[in-house]
Amino acid sequence: MSTQIPADLKYAKSHEWSRIAGDTATVGITDHAQHELTDVVFVELPALGRQVKAGEACAVVESVKTASDIYAPLSGEVIELNKAVADNPSLVNTEPYVGGWFFKLKLAAPAEAGQLLSVDQYRQQIGG
Amino acid sequence: MTLKRTPLFAAHQKLGARLVEFGGWEMPVQYTSIMDEHQAVRTAAGLFDISHMGEVWVIGAEAVNFLNATLTNNAAKLAPGQAQYSLLCNERGGVVDDLYLYCVGKETFLLIINASRIEADMECLRARHAAFARCEGVLVTNVSSEYGAVALQGPRVAEFIDQCFTGNGTINAARPAHLKKNELDIFNFGGRDVFVARTGYTGEDGFEIVTSEDTIEAVWDRVLEIGRPFGIKPTGLGARDTLRTEACLPLYGHELDENTTPIEAGLGFFVALDKGDFTGRALLADQKAMGVARKCVAFKMTDKSAPPRPHYPIWSTGPDAKKIGEAASGTQSPSLSIGIGLGYVPTEFSQPDTLIEIEIRGRRSPAVVVRKPIYKKTT
Repeated sequence: MSTQIPADLKYAKSHEWSRIAGDTATVGITDHAQHELTDVVFVELPALGRQVKAGEACAVVESVKTASDIYAPLSGEVIELNKAVADNPSLVNTEPYVGGWFFKLKLAAPAEAGQLLSVDQYRQQIGG
Repeated sequence: MTLKRTPLFAAHQKLGARLVEFGGWEMPVQYTSIMDEHQAVRTAAGLFDISHMGEVWVIGAEAVNFLNATLTNNAAKLAPGQAQYSLLCNERGGVVDDLYLYCVGKETFLLIINASRIEADMECLRARHAAFARCEGVLVTNVSSEYGAVALQGPRVAEFIDQCFTGNGTINAARPAHLKKNELDIFNFGGRDVFVARTGYTGEDGFEIVTSEDTIEAVWDRVLEIGRPFGIKPTGLGARDTLRTEACLPLYGHELDENTTPIEAGLGFFVALDKGDFTGRALLADQKAMGVARKCVAFKMTDKSAPPRPHYPIWSTGPDAKKIGEAASGTQSPSLSIGIGLGYVPTEFSQPDTLIEIEIRGRRSPAVVVRKPIYKKTT
């Protein structure tokens, strides 16, 4: 299995990726995570404007078999939601790093990014 | 506790199956994806390992009488080569297990029971046997560890099953594809007996195949090889659950338990009141005559919502909405692309088209009671 782990992203131990640009971060789940979940059938996004803390459960992704929490990798305000992924949850499986993103955060503490995993650290974690 | 493994464990590993705990067994939940495996069974063929299920021989001149005093359905209606769905109930009419009864010979019966209920069933059957007046005329033997089993299911399996098992059956000299629903026969497979029954748990045509544990892997390999041109896939417990939920077939521990009766579960058809006394009969006869306070219903979500899951609360609708029950089973339906489930509600909410709501993570989503089965072939 060749799991994709793009080099320009930061990773949480709980398998979310963050694409950080200035004080905003786009958040999704990794290729490894979507592969483990298989067949995503429903995505529940957080409310727009919600303040989340790093590590807080704030979205839910459901496969045929189970519901799994998605955790905010960083603290901040939810400023944009991906309506496309709510309408078409299989985007999480087919393009986890592109059309399958979940939400964007306006970061409250950009320095928190230093605690996320690098590509190599994440690859090590998933044994890839 | 170490998980038990079926004789097909190595075969699952070789196929790259994802393995999970199920009723004390380490079983394949999926090989590729539940969706793909579900579709394979709905459109072509799927092969499930069901070796974890239990087998019990009931043999002797008094076998029919013992079975009829013990189970809800009428075993006397079975001729050799016929099978029936039946239930083992307690004195309160609660379900100890649901099972299949194979009539192999006039005095020879094989029970196919749930993996998670083998011990409970044997305890119950031993007690019933001890209390049975002519107990010396019947022998009850748990042979679960000596047998393996697979379920071959899907609309195309009848096209190739005859290639898997050569020769005629030893009970009625049938060929497998000529068996009618709920018929079985015994075929020779490399010198071993193989029971092939036209039964299943998916809502599709298909067969369940039982043989000695040292033969089941050869059967598995052969069926996959012969079935390949027909689109067969190895299929896991994940698809088994979505298929049986769409077909509204009960799963022990979800729709059935010792505090639930077959009448409440909608299985009254398998409770024969006209055959004489059996354990639980008095209460079941009452329920058949007087009706029940709660019933197992099938429901479908009506809006786009998260799929329902077991134990999610079921609510009535309107200004006086209240919690009226909970989901026993729930999943996304791969065939219908919407959330579906089964659950118990008071009888006044059990009519098809009754609007209900399912509470999902604290929010209620609209759903509707539907006729069983939820999914039925339109062909």
